[in-house]
Amino acid sequence: MTESNEILTQLTGSEYKYGFYTDIETDTAPKGLNEDIIRLISHKKGEPDFMLAWRLKAYRHFLTMQEPSWAHISHPPVNFQDIIYYAAPKKKSAPKNLDEVDPDLITTFNKLGIPLEEQKMLTGVAVDAVMDSVSVKTTFKEELNKLGIIFCSMSEAIREHPELIKKYLGSVVPYTDNFYASLNSAVFTDGSFCYIPKNTRCPIELSTYFRINAANTGQFERTLIVAEEGSYVSYLEGCTAPMRDENQLHAAVVELIAHRNAEIKYSTIQNWWPGDKSGKGGIYNFVTKRGICLDENSKISWTQVETGSAITWKYPSVILRGDNSTGEFYSVAVTNNYQQADTGTKMIHLGKNTKSTIVSKGIAAAFSNNSYRGLVRVEKNAVNARNFSQCDSLLMGNRCGAHTYPYIEVKNKSAKVEHEASTSKIGEDQLFYCTQRGLNKEKAVSMIVNGFCREVMSKLPMEFAVEAQKLLAISLEGSVG
Amino acid sequence: MLIIKNLKASVNGKEILKGIDLEIGAGEVHGIMGPNGSGKSTLASVLSGKPGYEVSGEATYKGKNLLELPPEERAAEGLFLAFQYPVEIPGVSIINFLKTCINEIRQYRKTGPIPPKEFLSLIREKQELLQLDTNFINRPVNEGFSGGEKKRNEIFQMAVLEPALSILDETDSGLDIDALKIVSNGVNAMRTGNRSFLVITHYQRLLQYIVPDFIHVLSNGKIVKSGRKELALELEEKGYDWVREGRRQETGNRGK
Ligand SMILES: Nc1ncnc2c1ncn2[C@@H]1O[C@H](COP(=O)(O)OP(=O)(O)O)[C@@H](O)[C@H]1O
Ligand SMILES: [Mg+2]
Repeated sequence: MTESNEILTQLTGSEYKYGFYTDIETDTAPKGLNEDIIRLISHKKGEPDFMLAWRLKAYRHFLTMQEPSWAHISHPPVNFQDIIYYAAPKKKSAPKNLDEVDPDLITTFNKLGIPLEEQKMLTGVAVDAVMDSVSVKTTFKEELNKLGIIFCSMSEAIREHPELIKKYLGSVVPYTDNFYASLNSAVFTDGSFCYIPKNTRCPIELSTYFRINAANTGQFERTLIVAEEGSYVSYLEGCTAPMRDENQLHAAVVELIAHRNAEIKYSTIQNWWPGDKSGKGGIYNFVTKRGICLDENSKISWTQVETGSAITWKYPSVILRGDNSTGEFYSVAVTNNYQQADTGTKMIHLGKNTKSTIVSKGIAAAFSNNSYRGLVRVEKNAVNARNFSQCDSLLMGNRCGAHTYPYIEVKNKSAKVEHEASTSKIGEDQLFYCTQRGLNKEKAVSMIVNGFCREVMSKLPMEFAVEAQKLLAISLEGSVG
Repeated sequence: MLIIKNLKASVNGKEILKGIDLEIGAGEVHGIMGPNGSGKSTLASVLSGKPGYEVSGEATYKGKNLLELPPEERAAEGLFLAFQYPVEIPGVSIINFLKTCINEIRQYRKTGPIPPKEFLSLIREKQELLQLDTNFINRPVNEGFSGGEKKRNEIFQMAVLEPALSILDETDSGLDIDALKIVSNGVNAMRTGNRSFLVITHYQRLLQYIVPDFIHVLSNGKIVKSGRKELALELEEKGYDWVREGRRQETGNRGK
């Protein structure tokens, strides 16, 4: 099945009719996690045997692991047997028109300036509207095909490009890596795959936005991007509309591989549902994102704007293996109400003359907790490694918290590692200054916050930056008296 | 333009303004002088709507009850305060800040966003008026500015926003004589038509450049003396103790 057909199938809600093993004829597997469920997932996806074997190894390893408890967050324990690990999209549950969609969500869409047709797409309403975007999508895919660029769903990649998958999947984040990565490796249902051939510059920003079906694969997503020698790609993850997803736990894995002279730029705007004002509900977002600069002069850059989730646990990292390679991490994390975020990065310097830059901007409002946790490690062969880190926190009110945990491990004396940190508050004086010039409080806060984040925002692709700014404003709404 | 009657203000139960009466007509320039701590900045804050004061009395601005409006609406109605201590807004460029402010004010007045070309020529014109170099407007608002630059930036913003009533709170402090002349020039260039000014200063020096129609002396939260511009000189000569309530027999040179 081609990807566009697959999207169509999913959006028109055609259900998988064939059962397997047991009497399962519906589109949803029973709750719980065991080897049969994993076999079911692999079978439903029509995967080759090597994939199933890998999933099972991951699962067996997962059983030996303990849920981590060191992040600066607290939450009731996740009951892994209470989760449904496979569900094909259902037509029945899709709203027939926008009137049936949560009005709060529509209000937010409108504030973001998302056109009506796209609103329908995002909430899974329209079929006609989607036809359009599928055809747009197809033409764009043909263009990429001509250049030899592969951009498809992970399911399709596993079926159509098994050699690439065998070679690269799990090569940066092995299934033994951590608790959530093991779980993901065992049960992931979809995600994106990009492959940029040698000396090719991907002419457009690749975005999951074009892959509408991604809206239904949130829970255990798996993304893999491979940039061959001398290639370039900019990838945008997530659409900017808030997702009211009922799935409580999200455990995604993203792997990036940059060969010699290649560059991967990965931008994320994450705004899963953060839960309500009292801290009820919301998504637990536990993500493993890691890239490797495999050979000389390669570069990986993570830019993220995090406004969503009840709990975020996320450290996009770069392994700087190639000499002269560069890793960057630019992050804005906003927490409001009772949100908790523990995010940061790891820069692992292995090669000579490797360079990394970390700029983290944390904004905490109301009762929220916002932590930066970063590791800079310089191994013994990493001659002349350089790191510069800057972590700034902005507090709104007295009841929120910002924490910074920089870990530095240097095993080579020639390394130069610099760390700067600051904490500031949005002061009454700043607010009054802005309101005296004609801005209302909300506008004033959004202006001050955007100023605070400017360094990171300037790294985002243009259209993305504009929406990110609006998002910041929305997620901080009501945070000033 | 502005009519103030028996205006009182206190913070945490401490009364700072103790009944102010003042009337500023359209096109008039009023100077307010007074020793440190007499309540000059408090008067400016209360008029522009800074939160945190218990306020009583009346303030009518262009026929509206000023005290009822939130600060952004007072601004949109044409009231401007040049702060004694301007605040830094890191990462927000002056030009972006001003554009956002103008458009918010225009939205309030239902005139729609300013056309970019018009905005740029307005900025350029005022930049010349205040002799600011071209890169000035790209700097973040007040971030790392010297005292003098901050004050000049206040007057620049005033010139761009073209308010009907401007309150200048000790704009002269921190300015050397050249900067003082430039700033005063900027203010005087705006003294046309119906624009009114309330110029707060500790020294009479500023009032030599921005010549007021009336001068009031504020002491201990009350206006204790009002007069024509000559009053400034007299004050400078005799010191504030001369007018200080109940302390007229004391000598000293507190005004200097
Ligand atoms: N927020 C405040 N809390 C307590 N006292 C204040 C506050 N603001 C001003 N005051 C007091 O009110 C008096 C007048 O202050 P201010 O208006 O700044 O005087 P001026 O500008 O004339 O020097 C001073 O005694 C000052 O200490
Ligand atoms: Mg003062």
